[in-house]
Amino acid sequence: MYVAVKGGARAIANAHAWLAEERRGDPTLPDLTVAQVREQMALAVNRVMAEGSLYDPDLAALAIKQARGDLIEAIFLIRAYRTTLPRFGASRPIDTAAMACDRRISATFKDVPGGQVLGPTFDYTHRLLDFALAAEGITPDAPRAPAPAGPVPHVTGFLNREGLIQPEPETDATPPDLTREPLELPADRALRLQALARADEGFLLGLAYSTQRGYARNHAFVGELRIGAVAVEMDIPELGFAIEIGEITVTECETVNQFTGSKTEPAQFTRGYGLVFGQTERKSIAMALVDRALRWQELGEDFVGAPAQDAEFVLYHADNIQATGFLEHIKLPHYVDFQSELELIRKLRRGVEAGAEGTE
Amino acid sequence: MNMHATPTPDTPLLSVRGLTRTYGARIGCADVSFDLWPGEVMGIVGESGSGKSTLLSCMAGHLVPDTGEVLFDMGGTLRDTLTLSEPDRRRLGRTDWAFVHQHARDGLRMGVSAGGNVGERLMAVGARHYGDIRARAADWLDRVEIAADRMDDRPTAFSGGMQQRLQIARNLVTGPRLVFMDEPTGGLDVSVQARLLDLLRGLVREMGLSAIIVTHDLAVVRLLADRLMVMKDGRVVEQGLTDQVLDDPQHGYTQLLVSSVLQV
Amino acid sequence: MTDYNFAYLDEQTKRMIRRAILKALAIPGYQVPFASREMPMPYGWGTGGVQVMAATLVPEDTLKVIDQGADDTTNAVSIRSFFERTAGVAVTEATAEATVIQTRHRIPETPLTEGQILVYQVPIPEPLRFLEPRETETRKMHALEEYGLMHVKLYEDIARHGTIATAYAYPVKVEGRYVMDPSPIPKFDNPKLDSAAIQLFGAGREQRIYALPPHTRVVSLDFEDHPFDPSRADHPCALCGATDSYLDEVITDDAGTRMFLCSDTDYCAGRQAAGHMGAAQAGAA
Repeated sequence: MYVAVKGGARAIANAHAWLAEERRGDPTLPDLTVAQVREQMALAVNRVMAEGSLYDPDLAALAIKQARGDLIEAIFLIRAYRTTLPRFGASRPIDTAAMACDRRISATFKDVPGGQVLGPTFDYTHRLLDFALAAEGITPDAPRAPAPAGPVPHVTGFLNREGLIQPEPETDATPPDLTREPLELPADRALRLQALARADEGFLLGLAYSTQRGYARNHAFVGELRIGAVAVEMDIPELGFAIEIGEITVTECETVNQFTGSKTEPAQFTRGYGLVFGQTERKSIAMALVDRALRWQELGEDFVGAPAQDAEFVLYHADNIQATGFLEHIKLPHYVDFQSELELIRKLRRGVEAGAEGTE
Repeated sequence: MNMHATPTPDTPLLSVRGLTRTYGARIGCADVSFDLWPGEVMGIVGESGSGKSTLLSCMAGHLVPDTGEVLFDMGGTLRDTLTLSEPDRRRLGRTDWAFVHQHARDGLRMGVSAGGNVGERLMAVGARHYGDIRARAADWLDRVEIAADRMDDRPTAFSGGMQQRLQIARNLVTGPRLVFMDEPTGGLDVSVQARLLDLLRGLVREMGLSAIIVTHDLAVVRLLADRLMVMKDGRVVEQGLTDQVLDDPQHGYTQLLVSSVLQV
Repeated sequence: MTDYNFAYLDEQTKRMIRRAILKALAIPGYQVPFASREMPMPYGWGTGGVQVMAATLVPEDTLKVIDQGADDTTNAVSIRSFFERTAGVAVTEATAEATVIQTRHRIPETPLTEGQILVYQVPIPEPLRFLEPRETETRKMHALEEYGLMHVKLYEDIARHGTIATAYAYPVKVEGRYVMDPSPIPKFDNPKLDSAAIQLFGAGREQRIYALPPHTRVVSLDFEDHPFDPSRADHPCALCGATDSYLDEVITDDAGTRMFLCSDTDYCAGRQAAGHMGAAQAGAA
């Protein structure tokens, strides 16, 4: 007698138990601590915070440990946690001009007020495997210098003063929040920037690269890239003023791009903007390039059909949690649909075969 | 559907008033006005850059003019199509109006069979009988001289001339009251052009089509148009009966055009 | 799981989803955008259905979850246990006993009754999506009732194959107005969309909810001379002998021997309990 397959619940429980064992790996080796991940895998932690849209290095480190180092899985854990958190209010916009910069470079001027600060960068390292790291750990000792005094002005501010770069009007409008409202098109720039800030790094990197190769080319200079800590302030209604509630590290990239202008309007450089949680340099530069490409309409450029210009394409496909869920759902059983296709294809084949016999 | 309503005789089918469209400081077309009467074919000629394509796009609703009106006879009254709601404008685009693009690819669904291309407009206005749709598509393919056994082929497998004939069939199948044509013979070989022109002339006569044809090719308008407008630098410099304008041009520019001194 | 609210979602979010559900019921077949939340299961795995369910459930409910018609497939088990943990509601496998049923890809064979709610998981809510990839354009097509393209697709099927070659997610027209994707149910289930129950469709990733109120007129698209045909495999169920149910095809040995079984496990079990017998049982008996 045929007995249909049962036992889904037990199979799931067993699979998850096995997963936990695999996650731990060889039990004779010390268990990885969350603090170790947070301190020594900091760039992975930064990416999880950025794309998880939640600034909490400890939770991000835990998510990475739980996800066995699969960063998209870790981002998913953070997102699912984030969505359950109550909203107490919104902070004031952070002031990146007041950033305590760890790194600050400009590709457009040799020297600028505030100076060029390389900071902790992979740039100019020679990519040679360091076998000393595989042996006993070393405690590095970097030379120290006093922190520069006072706020570091933005490079684009100097261009702005001369009217050489298209100004960004200030606004007090509350930006839309795509984690609370459904994404509806056309999306304004604030909404696009929010989506890009959460977007998959690899997807943005590919899009940004495509603009450099001519798919909506908008030749970009890094006007400024800065990484450092900024204060987060929140208005407390009971107090009637804003207080600092914490400090976060962000990466900000402003690109200076080719001009707009016409016979009547003098030429001006244009801008792209990237702002991402943590030290996430590649992501913020890519974000700025894609932001710039998406602005073709407001800057009076032509739509040349490039993917990076197409807001609907970019915004609907940039989220790796949406993408990975839908991609992987094809693992789920589809045998009802497949059965209906099987029947259809058999029927179509019967039709053709009957037709062929009929003509013989 | 009210596709074949006869307009009252003293009303034009289409009345264009003061149509202007600029691109920054450059003039696309400026202050164009004319009436088109039922059953009439109007030709618009000029060099490239003369504004004839801008004018056509503005009339057909593909481009928003800066000022002016495009009045169309709808149930006996002239209504400004530029101020129609989007549903009404789209409905017009799939019932009373048709647009034949210069490049057939712009007016066809290249991934859909020839029969499906012709059937789409029928289905868009409610046809739901497969056999009937197919019969009407077959009839139209025959009228544009496309063999019946090509009906289930996609236009990608067609020659340029066939694609253009298919586009014409797709547009005319619902009996539109007004057809816009943008260089319908452009980009085709001379012999293919001749056959297409012949076909178009037959259809125009047989169906009593009202049409506006933009072209740089005087042979096209000589054969198809009752009346002619000559455009230069965005403005109409001369208009009149086709034979009159071509045989006795008054404006210096038209004289150059007719004497083929201008490479158009 | 006391850390989370009843049925996981907070009350604010549930109210937001309920507003979308009410709007969807008021405009049958219209896709209502809603601010889909990130759920603790992946997009594409039923997050829309789960959110609609979370906003619909009350403590007195009895819940049934099926995937491919079966109560014991892994994803059905996973979603059912999620609500057992977060809502503590009673669960059942019996269609008739359930007050709320979440489904993926099937409508139960046992006719639903007034008072029941059927919640569908929807991957791609837009029936026009594979004809027109742009959301901005498809919304316009719905608004203007421009559905000619949908019939062009059906026309092309017949021209090429002699029949409409859509076997599941077969598009329907709702109350003569909106063209709707019934989710990837086999077309065999389409006639059951005309139901006494409330039917709610949730698409989490695509952020859309739509609905069919009880007794809504639902017509599968077709041509007058090529009418809709809800065909099924031409076999009786090997276990219960049913000839009116949708069947799964099971390969039982290396030689490729096939067996056809009801996809609706509850329906099949019920018939067997009532003494109906299929060929496989009769052979063993």
